[in-house]
Amino acid sequence: MHSKLIFFILLTLAWPLSHAGEATSVAEDDALEKRVMAVSAELRCLVCQNQTIADSHADLAIDLKNQVREKLRQGMSEQEIVDYMVKRYGDFVLYRPLVKSTTWLLWFGPFALLVLAFGVLVVKLRQRRRAMQQAPALSAEDRARVAALLSESNKKAQS
Amino acid sequence: MNRFLWPLVGFIVLLAFLAVGLTLNPKEVPSPLIGKPAPAFRIAQLQAENSTIAPEDMRGKVWLLNVWSSWCVSCREEHPVLVEFAQQNLVPIIGLNYKDKREAGLAWLAERGDPYLVSAYDLEGNVGIDWGVYGVPETFVIDKQGVVRYKHTGPVTPDALRNKLIPLIKELNRA
Amino acid sequence: MIPEIGHLALILALALALVQGVLPIIGAARGNAALMALARPAARGQFVFVALAFACLAQAFLGNDFSVLYVAQHSNSQLPAHFRFAAIWGGHEGSLLLWTFILTIWTVAVTQFSKQLPEEMLARVVGVMGLVSVGFLLFMLFTSNPFDRLLPAALDGRDLTPMLQDPGLILHPPMLYMGYVGTSVAFAFAIAALLGGKLDAAWARWSRPWTTVAWIFLTLGIMLGSWWAYYELGWGGWWFWDPVENASFMPWLVTTALVHSLAVTEKRGAFKNWTVLLAIVAFSLSLLGTFLVRSGVLTSVHAFAVDPARGVFILAFLGIVVGGSLVLFAWRGPQVGLGGGFDIISRESMLLVNNVLLMVAAASVFLGTLYPLFMDALGFGKLSVGPPYFDAVFAPIMALAVFLMGAGPFARWKQSSATELLKKLWGWLLASVALAVIVIFAFRHWTAPIVGGVTLGFWALLSSLAYLVMRVREQNASGVWAKLRGTTRSTYGMLLAHFGIGIFILGVTLVKGYETTSEVVMRPEDMTTVGGYTFRFINAQEVTGPNYRGVRVAVEVTQNGTRVTTLYPEKRIYNVQTMNMTESAIDTGLFRDLYVALGEARSLDEWVVRIQHKPMVDWIWVGCLIMAFGGMLAVSDRRYRVPSRRRQPEAGALAMAAAKTS
Repeated sequence: MHSKLIFFILLTLAWPLSHAGEATSVAEDDALEKRVMAVSAELRCLVCQNQTIADSHADLAIDLKNQVREKLRQGMSEQEIVDYMVKRYGDFVLYRPLVKSTTWLLWFGPFALLVLAFGVLVVKLRQRRRAMQQAPALSAEDRARVAALLSESNKKAQS
Repeated sequence: MNRFLWPLVGFIVLLAFLAVGLTLNPKEVPSPLIGKPAPAFRIAQLQAENSTIAPEDMRGKVWLLNVWSSWCVSCREEHPVLVEFAQQNLVPIIGLNYKDKREAGLAWLAERGDPYLVSAYDLEGNVGIDWGVYGVPETFVIDKQGVVRYKHTGPVTPDALRNKLIPLIKELNRA
Repeated sequence: MIPEIGHLALILALALALVQGVLPIIGAARGNAALMALARPAARGQFVFVALAFACLAQAFLGNDFSVLYVAQHSNSQLPAHFRFAAIWGGHEGSLLLWTFILTIWTVAVTQFSKQLPEEMLARVVGVMGLVSVGFLLFMLFTSNPFDRLLPAALDGRDLTPMLQDPGLILHPPMLYMGYVGTSVAFAFAIAALLGGKLDAAWARWSRPWTTVAWIFLTLGIMLGSWWAYYELGWGGWWFWDPVENASFMPWLVTTALVHSLAVTEKRGAFKNWTVLLAIVAFSLSLLGTFLVRSGVLTSVHAFAVDPARGVFILAFLGIVVGGSLVLFAWRGPQVGLGGGFDIISRESMLLVNNVLLMVAAASVFLGTLYPLFMDALGFGKLSVGPPYFDAVFAPIMALAVFLMGAGPFARWKQSSATELLKKLWGWLLASVALAVIVIFAFRHWTAPIVGGVTLGFWALLSSLAYLVMRVREQNASGVWAKLRGTTRSTYGMLLAHFGIGIFILGVTLVKGYETTSEVVMRPEDMTTVGGYTFRFINAQEVTGPNYRGVRVAVEVTQNGTRVTTLYPEKRIYNVQTMNMTESAIDTGLFRDLYVALGEARSLDEWVVRIQHKPMVDWIWVGCLIMAFGGMLAVSDRRYRVPSRRRQPEAGALAMAAAKTS
């Protein structure tokens, strides 16, 4: 944390630019900045606990955002920039894991589970209905009990 | 099998994963550079402003690239270890002075000793990004062919030297 | 001295928890009334001792007793008193004490509101909760004692992390823990029913209000956490799909499923096994959350300091509690009957489908949260799973669930038909689409997710209204007012909760789709326009707080020349931990928030300022509040307050069976 404090103080002293009027956008180019943020929102800030570089104010995140901006300005595509980052920092930097054999379970598992669950559900419900239809009829004693309970509860409900 | 046992089976599998998970460190990120040629750069040296340094200058030698900065707190802990290690003359260490002020970097070396053959001066941190540096200090081992063989994240400790770095360097030197 | 009293109180509480956890359960198994009768006094005694321990820790914090290690680590004499109190749960040990304290509160509540519960059932429920408590007390005493001394005492404490020095810390953890721990009641009822072999509609009726209350607290806890993150973390996000957030969200999803499946089990005697399994899973996920937060197996913004011994302990505890329950489930589950019959299209089957969707949604969150761990454990390397994944996988599954949520209430119990549902609903569906189109035209920009989200939001709102209209029409009372009054509170509760979901979805979609962010460099008198509002940087002033120094910037906001407000974002450095904090300034409105946060300083007078215009963002939390309020209405329903109608559900189930077979 100490280095952060020093950084803060350093920044407080540096760059006394002067101007007035319309505030200058950090971005200079809003359309570009939107793309920078979109790419940054997919990339993990490695020094942070768990943040995208778009969200983080850490030095490394700011550097990487500048890199993204620079590369976009040079005409690199979003995918090329993502590849560039992966080449340096590994798959870990991607918040959208690549679809490959080791991540099939991750990407398709929930949908497969959904299909499977619906299939099982339909089969079970059919079986269940059949089981119900074949269930032995209630004994005379049970019926009497049901009637008694029902009339009792009806009375209660009306009272 | 009894279908009522499935939740239990699933849970036991999960438990096994969690138990393995306890032995892992989620913060340790392996470098994708391992086994790949060291990213090229040619930038000015810290001391001799007008000379440059590049990884290809080191070709044919096993060498270390140590990323450091005067503002980095854990570098303070690491530095004496490196100074002592450099005296053994096992391997040349190239410093990468990362996002530092030149005067501050020079003062740091003057005060604490200089274990580096030379230090490259990476003011903007671009070389750092090319090497996938995300926290200072970091140390890379590069072999004679210029391939990155190992990366140590965080301060180099006597333990790390003894158990990992020195054996690896010796092995690479023999090759 | 006082910390030692607290420590002793914990040991005595453990002794009582053992009594509470073992003897009444044995008593219930053997039909020994004397042993069963121990449940109530033991639970209350345990509560008294845990409360005493809690009070002792509170005293140590408020009295700045830095000879207590935990206090020295998490407090400081400069810290304002209300934060010193909240700092009790600002770290691992104290938050564990809060967990246990809340568990004893829930247990006492169960003993208090259980007049109509059979002695056997109560003994088992309270016993199971006692066993859970034993685990937590052992955990605390062996690995995480908050009363450990620091000798010699520190002169002053290391202070509470500045991030936590916020009113959010006072409210959010207690609420969330009330929810987490509340799931233990439903769990205890489920285990008690399995132990007794009596998994019937009565069991469902008893555990239903408890589950709903736990759900309310979970909803509020998560909502507060999200709101806190929104204004505290300084970049205007409100949900990050962080492992720790997911750890609270998974129990919420499963508890939501449980609330619905309990309704079926109570009314129709069906899905008993499924319901019991859900109750076990909901609590297991609460425990899993505890493990994830405290063991360090995942990286998170919110994680506690990590100690592997703790991880091993919780893992063992998790294994015993969850493993044991699942063994019991595998043993007793097969003996449970089917319950009332129903058709493939019916209220029951709709609720079952809703359950499946909610569980699959929970599974996707689970997979996304734990996948990095799985990959790493199998040696496949490291990866990250973040918001883009959840947007792509979780969102569509939930969208389907919400769509069915609108239709579900219209389906009749037992048997319904798809054409009938369609006839009732197509008009409302069209109306939702029409409203969505109007909104999108108003904002003049659209993408497929926005269209889908807005339509779904309106669908949730309109279908709830439509259901109310239908219910009121069906009443045979005269006059609208009488009809409205004749509708039960649990119906209103359900409708409000569904309505809240609609509000929530509209908030989420509109803020995601239409927020604007601008990062500008500003000096005094500089102006910039964001979202139709003009922001003027007035000045920057140094400020001194009780335990921090900082800079406060005044930004005046105007719209079409009229002044709206002045916002005062701050940048602070806390004295003790010298940590840099961004305090954002927000102008909250019903239809938009204006969010201003300071970035880096270029000089005292020149700042990078991040300005955001966030339409409808507050609807997110308002929606959650409405949901929670719906839950409150449902538990206040008459039938939970009328005692001794114990036999009726049984009669209902039997009558259904009779009707089906005759």
